[in-house]
Amino acid sequence: MLAAALLVAISFGSERLSFFDLSNSERAILFDIRMPRVFLGACVGASLAAAGAALQALLRNPLAEPYLLGVSNGAALGTMIAFVFFEQFVFARPLFAFAGAGLATFTVYQMARSRAGMNVERLVLSGVIVTTFLSSIIVLLTSLLDAARLRGFTFWLLGDLSQATMFGFYLTLVSAILGTIVLTSQARSLNLMMIGERDAMDFGVEVARVRMIVFGIASLLVGTAVAASGSVGYVGLIVPHLVRLAIGSDNRLVVPLSTISGAIFVVLADTIARTVIAPRELPVGAITALIGAPMFIYLLRRN
Amino acid sequence: MLEVGNISVAFGSRTIIDDISLVLREGEIVALLGPNGAGKTTLLRSLNGTVPLKSGTIALNGISLHDLSRREIAKNIAVVAQENETKFPVTVLAFVLAGRFTRGAAFGWETSADIKSALDALEMCDLDGFSGRLMNELSGGERQRVVLARALAAETAILLLDEPTANLDLAHQGLMFRLVRDRCRNSKGAAIVITHDLNLASEFADRVLLLKSGKVFARGAAPKVLTSENLREVYNVQVLLDENPASGKVRVTTVY
Repeated sequence: MLAAALLVAISFGSERLSFFDLSNSERAILFDIRMPRVFLGACVGASLAAAGAALQALLRNPLAEPYLLGVSNGAALGTMIAFVFFEQFVFARPLFAFAGAGLATFTVYQMARSRAGMNVERLVLSGVIVTTFLSSIIVLLTSLLDAARLRGFTFWLLGDLSQATMFGFYLTLVSAILGTIVLTSQARSLNLMMIGERDAMDFGVEVARVRMIVFGIASLLVGTAVAASGSVGYVGLIVPHLVRLAIGSDNRLVVPLSTISGAIFVVLADTIARTVIAPRELPVGAITALIGAPMFIYLLRRN
Repeated sequence: MLEVGNISVAFGSRTIIDDISLVLREGEIVALLGPNGAGKTTLLRSLNGTVPLKSGTIALNGISLHDLSRREIAKNIAVVAQENETKFPVTVLAFVLAGRFTRGAAFGWETSADIKSALDALEMCDLDGFSGRLMNELSGGERQRVVLARALAAETAILLLDEPTANLDLAHQGLMFRLVRDRCRNSKGAAIVITHDLNLASEFADRVLLLKSGKVFARGAAPKVLTSENLREVYNVQVLLDENPASGKVRVTTVY
């Protein structure tokens, strides 16, 4: 299915291409512009969905999502700081994004936990507070940018794959694969933590260690994804939810299947973003949010 | 099996457990009694190392809990606690299989032996046919029995039970205690049970620990501890004591 989605995505676009009879310019569009973008989209979707699935199990909350928890915005702020101050270093963006994501995750977690434990409302509220706080810093920083860079940056903030590079693709590919493997290796522990942290401790899970691993890997996944493509929202909410509907709650299946489904989802959403008002383009984050926001409300009401 | 030496637990400046010692021997059931807020649950929680001690020592088969990993502790001690609801659709079987976590690799899949053990535990708890049901669709009493089944599936020597009969009907209260007693007798186990049902404690416990404000107020065999003076002092109620005509054990009747 992923392969089919990739093929569809590569063949559709503002220029309709057939695979067999390519002119030089068409070849350039296909290999230099469209393929990096489609492959990057797949890796970004995979990263965000895997991170979302693991965070939900860890926080015992189906509404936990990198974008809503402020993790994406932390990564965005990190990317932006790197972009404004360390533009010459190619590794600065993903590194700062990772650090920003980690800090935001930790802050929201500390804010949301209380002596009585963690409830849905507290977690979502903490996420909103951290998100808006980080957004205001991002807005302050954008005032340092000139007009040309500002437009590109605004698009990027909403989640945009149009500036895909092969470097971004390789980096997110490696982190998506590694991240999924590590998260899946913790999935049985997550199955117990999903029932309750106390229960998990009672039955032999090293809860603090699993929490550190999942927070660290989720920050890595979100950090590399955001550094490459901005904050594509709601992927980590929609995809794991659909996967659970289809196959149940066992994280040993939910995490790896979310990775694959997340890739398909973002590739298809980006195909829509590229083609629906062609030759102009929408940021892919606008499409995922259009699907995700109503779904969030539905999940919140059902809770 | 479990040796508890002079432990104290404090949350901030508030002392919850104040200098309690206790030895749990093979084959016995110890009942923890006491009014709300006496520190029963905190004491039970500290026994498997999930509540940090302020002072004192706990040794499991001669080894300090401090030196054991969560996994090693869980191989020996299973807990039956009050269950909080999960927001995810977890099946009864998946829930009970959590009890088998220490049996395999932390990232592996359950073996057929794990599944058999889980299904056997469900059957023991009068839950055959429940394995595919979802936890959040069960009644309180059914869920409580699933929680017991999970602890039984863990096949540990020691069981710690926090009000295991709270939501159970009369028949299942008896079943619960019979299962715990059989486990202690036949599999060389031992159990510590928190309960508010003084009569069930009298029927099934070999020893009773009566707590008041974080301290042991009285301890020993049920007839020695369940006296009208002790119960008046600890619970502030008037009781009548006589003998259960069926079992010959002490029977407590509250006078309202």
